[in-house]
Amino acid sequence: MPLIAYREAVSAAMREEMERDDRVFLLGEEVALYNGAFKASAGLYERFGERRVIDAPISEAGFAGLGIGAAMAGLRPIIEFMTFNFAVLALDQVINNAAKIHQMSGGQLRCPIVFRGPTGSAQQLASQHSQSLEAQYAHIPGLKVVMPATPRDAKGLLKAAIRDDDPVIVMENETLYGLKGEVEDGELVIPIGQADVKRAGADVTIVTWGKMIFPCLDAATLLAKDGIDAEVIDLRTVRPIDEKAILDSVAKTHRAVVVEEAWPLAGVGGSVTSLISTEGFDDLDAPVQRLNGIDAPMSYAKNLESLALPTAARIAAAARRACYRES
Amino acid sequence: MPLTTDARIDLLERMLLVRRFEERAGQQYGLGKINGFCHLYIGQEAVAVGCLTALDKDDVALSGYREHGHALARGTPARKVMAELFGKATGTSKGKGGSMHIFDVEHGFLGGYGIVGGQVPLALGYAFASKYRATAKPEGKGSPLPVAMVFLGDAAANQGVFYECLNMAALWKLPLVLVVENNGYGMGTAVARASAQTDFHRRGEGLGVSGVAVDGMDAVLVRECAEAAIASARAGTPTIVEARTYRYRGHSMADPATYRTKEELEDYRKRDPILSLKDKLEQEGAYTDEAFKRLEARVKAEVDDAVKFADDSPLPDNGELVTDIYAQPIGRQPVVPTEQT
Repeated sequence: MPLIAYREAVSAAMREEMERDDRVFLLGEEVALYNGAFKASAGLYERFGERRVIDAPISEAGFAGLGIGAAMAGLRPIIEFMTFNFAVLALDQVINNAAKIHQMSGGQLRCPIVFRGPTGSAQQLASQHSQSLEAQYAHIPGLKVVMPATPRDAKGLLKAAIRDDDPVIVMENETLYGLKGEVEDGELVIPIGQADVKRAGADVTIVTWGKMIFPCLDAATLLAKDGIDAEVIDLRTVRPIDEKAILDSVAKTHRAVVVEEAWPLAGVGGSVTSLISTEGFDDLDAPVQRLNGIDAPMSYAKNLESLALPTAARIAAAARRACYRES
Repeated sequence: MPLTTDARIDLLERMLLVRRFEERAGQQYGLGKINGFCHLYIGQEAVAVGCLTALDKDDVALSGYREHGHALARGTPARKVMAELFGKATGTSKGKGGSMHIFDVEHGFLGGYGIVGGQVPLALGYAFASKYRATAKPEGKGSPLPVAMVFLGDAAANQGVFYECLNMAALWKLPLVLVVENNGYGMGTAVARASAQTDFHRRGEGLGVSGVAVDGMDAVLVRECAEAAIASARAGTPTIVEARTYRYRGHSMADPATYRTKEELEDYRKRDPILSLKDKLEQEGAYTDEAFKRLEARVKAEVDDAVKFADDSPLPDNGELVTDIYAQPIGRQPVVPTEQT
């Protein structure tokens, strides 16, 4: 399989879907001539021209709403947010219109739209550019929310999102755009709502999503040195959550750690922890451990930023606690 | 070309249906048959009727939450609108939308939105799709485009997203008509207390979006103005139509409208859009009092039928609480409680 970068997987998904369906177009800030702020749309303007790859003014609410209206009219828009921090300006359109239109029209209208862009902290971007806001979307019935962490998942989930008949939020990651991985050429559709076991193990289940996959996998390597065999589950989709994958794993390992980049209160991790603690209660041999980004706005200084997020060492320590092995 | 007599009589008939429908909706609200928020359109009929009768079948219209009249003027059956207000399974949205969310795709009426100004970008999206489709082939360039017409209130024109949309509509030459219904008040706040510039048709000047103000109490003038705006939009020039009008009732059923004077209301009633058009037609000898009485009887029967239909219709099944959320059910399905307490 060819080895390609995450950003190339994103652009390949868009290019392939635009080739098979004229209803698909890409609109967002800097997506055309500039090839995207993170070059995720490289080559698309050249290939499809200004009718289908459209530079938008900096008007997030306006162009998100434009996409929703175009989707209601039967097109299949891909709306790029330069980052999901800026998408906060468009939350009214996403929450009050995209997520509601099918229901409040009594099923008369559909809204097949993709909102995509990077989320999460990157490298010293400070408070307004470092947020993981997936819980805001995951909270809303009517939306689907995917967070691919590998190039293969990025391509397969984006293609699924573009073909989906509902609004799908695709949260990519600023620090992952350069990550290389094996990705099939051509047709690759990964169903929305299916988790993936990124590392199989028998002793403890680590549930995570987005770029936290990587420190979790590193933690599993650390744990292996201590004789603890960790299973790392990548949710990939945070609405809906693949509950079966989580509960099946916990039924096997009897211990769980939930790791998320976002803040602790009212987040996706809280829901996952609740699921394991209630429906997986009889399988548990220890309380579920949770690790989050620190409950504070992100600071700029390098040392402060590195303290804010879960690290492999801290994840491994949490897993040891779950296994009653913490010294 | 001036409107034919038949076309003007059609305006009169449609306005009367909206008036009598809304009066009855207000009455049914008082009886507890309609609940939630309910914003009546009485007084503003000339705007919806004048504008929407100027659209073609392939055009679409969207509105805010004072939209019963727009749906009726576009051709949605009164029964289905009333049943929606009653929260019945036979309503336009199966009883899930209510007063603020009337949708009728079959008649090109695409809602019914409750966030002030939030419908404007959706209309922009329809206008975008219209041009996108037309330009799929080179020969489509420059062809007349299906139009999106969006209704908003004077207060909605103070939302930031309104200007974002004006900019994009002008930038991309999209077939959009923005009808600002200036009824003098944003809820209880007079326009001059909320707007530094109260000539709403001029709000697009800096972006090159032309606008025109029209007497919103005169359906014929509104219609002629709408025709010009639609023609311009079809050719790719978005336009603002500011219709100066008045709502006779309060903002919603809970509003006694104490922020304005009786004299102000009476002044507008003297210019009532229905009676003034009726009088004009009669003066021309094109209409008679008897004909109007027959029309009143016909409209009354239609509204009576709508109320009876709504009354007799079933409530939505309990299971409908969790349908129409996704195109296909996905993930854990919400469980509807089996007993209503």
